[in-house]
Order: sequence, then C-alpha cells, then structure tokens
Amino acid sequence: MGDLALFTGRSFGDALRSRRLARRFGRAVYEQGALCLPVILIVGMFTGLVLGLQGYYVLNRFGSEGLLGALISLSLVREMAPVLAALMLVGQAGSALAAELGMQRNTEQIVALETMGVSSHGYLVGPRLIAALFVFPIQTALFVAIGLWGGSVSGSLLLGVEPGVYWSSVERAVGSEDVRECFLKAAIFGLLTISVCAFHGFNAHRCRSATGARAVSASTTRAVVHSSILVLAADYVITSFLV
Amino acid sequence: MMNPVASDLLLRVEDLHKCFDDHVVLAGVGLEVPRGSLFTVLGPSGAGKSVFLKCLVDVLRPDAGRISFDGRPLNFNDSAARAEFRRRCSFLFQGNALFDSLTALENVALPLEQTTDLADLEIRERSLEALRQLELESYSGHYPSQLSGGMQKRLALARAIVTRPELVFFDEPTAGLDPLRRNAVFAMIAKYQRQFGFTALIVTHDVLEALCASDRVALLDQGRICFVGPPAEFAASTHPVVCGFRDSAAALASTLASIRRGENIPSHDL
Repeated sequence: MGDLALFTGRSFGDALRSRRLARRFGRAVYEQGALCLPVILIVGMFTGLVLGLQGYYVLNRFGSEGLLGALISLSLVREMAPVLAALMLVGQAGSALAAELGMQRNTEQIVALETMGVSSHGYLVGPRLIAALFVFPIQTALFVAIGLWGGSVSGSLLLGVEPGVYWSSVERAVGSEDVRECFLKAAIFGLLTISVCAFHGFNAHRCRSATGARAVSASTTRAVVHSSILVLAADYVITSFLV
Repeated sequence: MMNPVASDLLLRVEDLHKCFDDHVVLAGVGLEVPRGSLFTVLGPSGAGKSVFLKCLVDVLRPDAGRISFDGRPLNFNDSAARAEFRRRCSFLFQGNALFDSLTALENVALPLEQTTDLADLEIRERSLEALRQLELESYSGHYPSQLSGGMQKRLALARAIVTRPELVFFDEPTAGLDPLRRNAVFAMIAKYQRQFGFTALIVTHDVLEALCASDRVALLDQGRICFVGPPAEFAASTHPVVCGFRDSAAALASTLASIRRGENIPSHDL
C-alpha cells in the first residue's frame, strides 16, 4: 500500500509539472469516457430494468408501488451506480491500462521515456489519474440517468405505475447529500481503480511468477481483481462513515 | 598508443562494478570515450555490454565506480545533473522502444514536446527535418508497426538525434539482423554520426562491422575491458581473448573441418 501511495503521489506531482498535459488528459478522458460509454449505458439500463421489476413485485405486496421511483433512485444513487460503474470501468479502461503499461514496460518504452528525461509517471499515469477524478463521476451520473429511465420502462411502461408518480417519487427521495455521496464515491473509486491498474501494469517486470507476455497477463489479472475488491471494500468504508 | 587528452574526452568511466545477487557482471570497467568519435564496445553475448550501457544512463545503478561526462563527475542522485546529462545524451534501444500508439512524427516530436519549451510549430518543423534527414519524411503519419525493421531503426535514430545530443548510446543496434542489414545499420550510424557530429558509443558483438565503422574499439570480457584501441590495433592484437573473439570464424572453420574428418570434439570446446 505504501508503494501504491508513493506511486500515485509521484504520478500526480509529475503530471502537474509536465509539459502539454492537456493533450494527454484529453486522450485519457476519451479512453475512460467515450470508449467506456456503451458498456456504462447498457449495464445501467439493465440494472434499472431489473430494479424496476424486482422493486415493483416487492412493493406490490405492501401496496406501495408508488414508492418504486424512490427505491430505484436511492439504490442507484447511493450504492449501485458508483459501484457498478466503477466495476465496469475496471473491466474496460482499467484492464486496458494495465495491459498497455505492461506492454510498454516489456518493450522498454517506459525506460525509453526515462532516458529522454521524461517522467514516465507524469507522462503515462498522471493524466489518467486526473481524468479519472472527472470521468468516473460523469459516467456514474450517466449510469444513474439511464438506470432511472430503465426503471421507468419496466415500472411504468410494462407494469403500469403512473409515470408522474414514478418521477415525482424519484424527485422527492433523492436529496443533495445523496448526490454528494454518489459523486464522492465515484471520484474515490476512480482514483483507486486507475492507480491500482496503472501500478500493476507499470510494475509488470517485477512479477515473480512470470516474464514477458505472461507477466503482462498476470499483472492485468491482478489489476482487475485487486481494484474490484478495493472498490467493494472502499464502498463499505465510505458508506459506514457517511450513513 | 596515445591516450586522448582530458579535454578531448566526453565520457570517462572508472572502475565500474555491477552484480546481480552473486553474479558479477561488471568487475571494474574503465573506459575513455573521445569527443566526436565512434566508439564500439565489443564482447560476446552475456559479457555485460548492455548492463554496462544501462549503468551509464542510470537505467541500472552501478554498485561502485565513477562516471565523468564532459570533464565533470556525474551524480545521478542530483536530479539537476541527471536532467542535464539526459538532455545532452540519447539512447537507442536494441528493440528501438518506439511508441506503438504514436505515429512516426509523434514519436520523433515526443522528446522535444516533453523536455523543451519550443513552440508547437517549431517542434513540428524540427521533427519533420529529422525525419527528412533519415529519409522517412513520407512516412511521418505511419505507425511503427507499419514500417520495416530498417525504417524502425532509422525512426529510433531520428528520435534520438532530434534533441541534438552530444552523445548517443547504441545498444546492440544490429541484433537479430541479417548481414546486409547489419552493414546498412553501421553505415547509417557512421554517416549520421559524421553528419550531426555527435559522439557514438555502441555495444555490439558484430566484430567485422564494428572494426570497419569505428574510430576506437574496446573488448569487454568477463566484466572487464581487456582491450582498448583503434581497429587496426585490434586486428593485429595477439591478446588471447581478442584473438579468440576476432578469429571466431577461423576457429569455426577449424572445428568444422575436424568434425568432417571424424575427430571427436569435446563438448566444452564447442
């Protein structure tokens, strides 16, 4: 954990001191944003659809279908959207980042940067960490939006809950503190997952069990597993402090 | 043999040591590289040539020894001195280490973009000029994977010289190439070394090409430099290690002749 903290701190510091950061930041936003958008929208939509179905039948037992909007919106905003969006981003952007850095380590591109006098932390990792602080909350917001829409499709369109009742329930249930919690979690998950994935890819050459392509594969696997576990553990810790 | 005077020396290495666990790779390497020369360090595979080169550019930290650049001792713990050294030197990797996600032009522009405050237009012009000088201008939009092996080598050289370095390190520039390409790469290095006036320090095990192209050669064997001098002296040397390395083709012919005659050759002699 100490190594990871130093790695993250150095990457931030070097990136902020580096030249032409905006271009690499833009590329990182594209990688984590545009390239991951389809998976965020698809998973968000199905999450909303399933929540709508499950929520409707549970609430129907108590004659409280009118609270469907509140159930779906609070589930999404407080827990499901930040966690699921982060896990999707780990699978898409995090794994790609770990594999790319692992390959760059293998083909001496990282060492080449250092011999040019360019900080590899600042050039390759820092812009992605900064981008994650912005992109993860935006992706989470989109996840919430599409999830709410999915919930309205299954709740209102298929199961007959009044759309006005559904959306007003959503509006009444979600407070500004819920939105703050959602964005805070998303930003923290973004920072954690991208730094863990980058750390494993960057240090692929230190893998003791394998070398070459197998080391890249092993470091990518470790990156995905560790960051997924870290997201869930961090979610518990943050929630226990905020609730 | 006259040694170069101190002011003519660009790089001086003294008593460099490097071990990996119990394995001694460099056991007191000393070397003086004259300014403006094409200096080649020869040695068999596994002799520690690449480790030696990586110690010089701080990719690996030597266990002991002193390195002086342009008359001043190098201290890689001093970040300003390290940055100054890296600004004045370039390193050409065995596998080229080109960025596969960047085009040829972007690869060449990268060191200028990241280490200088030049304007974008000037960076573009200088990068295109480097590509033009290495006859790659029409490939500026190509990715490294779309270029041939020789072109990739030239692209790596373009990236190495675009910052106008005083010293360029070449790590096995001809590794894995056929004889024709080996000749072409050495000719390319010799041509551009004279054209741009940098000092070249090459490590290789290609004796013939190195002797033809270099101003001075050194032989690294078992972690020590056992010969330093002009190629003509190397060709005439009677030092047993030099003879063994230089005359390896003749030794092979002799061994093969013995095998054809049906003589039993002990495995350790092969």
